[in-house]
Amino acid sequence: MLKIRNLNVHYGGISAVKGISLDVPEKSIVTLIGANGAGKSTTLRSIVGLVKASEGEINFLGENITDMETTEIVTKGITLVPEGRRVFDNLSVLENLKIGAYLQKEGIDENIKMVYDLFPRLRERSWQFAGTLSGGEQQMLAVGRALMSKPKLIMMDEPSLGLAPLIVNGIFDIIKEINKQGTTILLIEQNANKALKIADMGYVLETGTITIEGPGKELLMDQRIKDAYLGTSKK
Amino acid sequence: MMINNNRKLMRRSLTVLIIIAFASIIILLDTKTIGDNYVRRILNLGAIYAIVSVSMNLVNGFTGLFSLGQAGFMAIGAFTVAVFTVPVELREAIFYIVPQNPLVANIELPFFVALILGGLLAALVSILIGMPVLRLKSDYLAIATLGFSEIIRIIFTNMKTITNGALGINRIPGIPTMWITFGVAIVSIIFIVLLINSSYGRAFKAIREDDIAAEAMGINLFKHKVISFAIGAFFAGIGGGLLASLLGTVDPKQFYFTMTYNFLLIIVLGGMGSVSGTIIGSFVVTAGLEYLRIFDEPLTVLGVNIPIFRAGFRMVIFSFLLMILVLFFRQGIMGQKELSWDMIEGWFKRRKGLPKKGKVDKGGTI
Repeated sequence: MLKIRNLNVHYGGISAVKGISLDVPEKSIVTLIGANGAGKSTTLRSIVGLVKASEGEINFLGENITDMETTEIVTKGITLVPEGRRVFDNLSVLENLKIGAYLQKEGIDENIKMVYDLFPRLRERSWQFAGTLSGGEQQMLAVGRALMSKPKLIMMDEPSLGLAPLIVNGIFDIIKEINKQGTTILLIEQNANKALKIADMGYVLETGTITIEGPGKELLMDQRIKDAYLGTSKK
Repeated sequence: MMINNNRKLMRRSLTVLIIIAFASIIILLDTKTIGDNYVRRILNLGAIYAIVSVSMNLVNGFTGLFSLGQAGFMAIGAFTVAVFTVPVELREAIFYIVPQNPLVANIELPFFVALILGGLLAALVSILIGMPVLRLKSDYLAIATLGFSEIIRIIFTNMKTITNGALGINRIPGIPTMWITFGVAIVSIIFIVLLINSSYGRAFKAIREDDIAAEAMGINLFKHKVISFAIGAFFAGIGGGLLASLLGTVDPKQFYFTMTYNFLLIIVLGGMGSVSGTIIGSFVVTAGLEYLRIFDEPLTVLGVNIPIFRAGFRMVIFSFLLMILVLFFRQGIMGQKELSWDMIEGWFKRRKGLPKKGKVDKGGTI
């Protein structure tokens, strides 16, 4: 579904992503793990066109989207749940969702109903300002907002960031549920353990290059990953 | 359910009553049955300020662009109306130092055509300015737009063959009825409210709240910023044109950047991101500045002349009131809310000390 070949991204003179290649098959969950500054967010931002790749190709459903504008890419069916939620604080939950459907011409009401069915909590808080929601609810809203554009591929940038463990579990359940309904997911996580458990494929990113890749279950067993990200071997 | 329906009916009829009352007051004022020219002037000015402030709020309060170019765009509208509506036969007397450029000297347009033309010219200039400037953010955008506003003014001061330079243009045909200012104000404000509630308006608000998230939703930031900026400039131009006609005279000095601060003051006072607040703010500020004139006149208490009561003292009082307002109502009069029946009922309930009902139904906005 999504194929990235030899992607390079620079911020000025600094190279953030150095020639990575990865595949996201249809209806799968693929996760990208790595430490801070490894280039995970940059990869997502370049897929959705918020930063431009300096080299390489991003291919979505057989189409080269490398140089497309964000508006076009979103229309093609990719959305990003940005890091740190970034809900629109002073707008109501409903308005937030409607903005998510900005490029949709019709079916907005059904979409809203679908999101509310997935997150009953948001229905209760429909008129509340997004800024007054709890962290977990804001994350639900960020995911719901992304679902409003009926994406084929939804990319999530650290959805568990800053949330209590119990709520993190809830978020991961929702990710699985969204995937079950047929949406492909590209997930970035620092919580490598949880992410790899639900992922079909995992990639490990270190300072801009992919060092390890393989099915999620296998990566969980991998000694290098255990040492570096899961922190289980030292005990 | 019955009670709810009754309440809705009551609200609706009250709204209609208020509109009728408002219209009859304007009719009475307009036919000179009540009030005097002074009151009419203040109300006309308030309506014009409302147009410009609401349009500025669209840019600053709803789209989150800190733009201070309003005076420049008003100047464009004002001079367009001035240049094209002054009767041709009077022009020689007005342009007595440098004759008017023959290209425009013989063109006389009906008021509304000139008014719309002024708005369109302002919008066109705003798009040209916006292309480079809207890539900037917050303070930088404010400085750049302020600079362009001054450039427009200076260009007008020097285009002597068209604008008569610093002498300005007088004998602009006046506004015959209050319905012109109020009519244009109502139409403009309704247009802006509809825009704000459309998907464009949501995109504007999304850009204000978080431009990165808005962009990730597929909103074209630059396009929407330019649209908002141009619509803001269009209505500023319209407001400027009405002002020229109301005052009967324009000269570039009126459009100093201090004028923009008046509008900034109105939207901060009324509430950034609230249309009804801005309208209230416009009339409060216009009327306030006038009725505080009592502080400008000498005051004698018990035969002693109080020395601080002199010309300009009202501005001290006004500034003092503003400081109090900013200290205690940081969000302005309305914040980001709009005046609605829910809100008014809320005030009454609070005043009577009754507990507020848990669930409030939406709608019923005036």
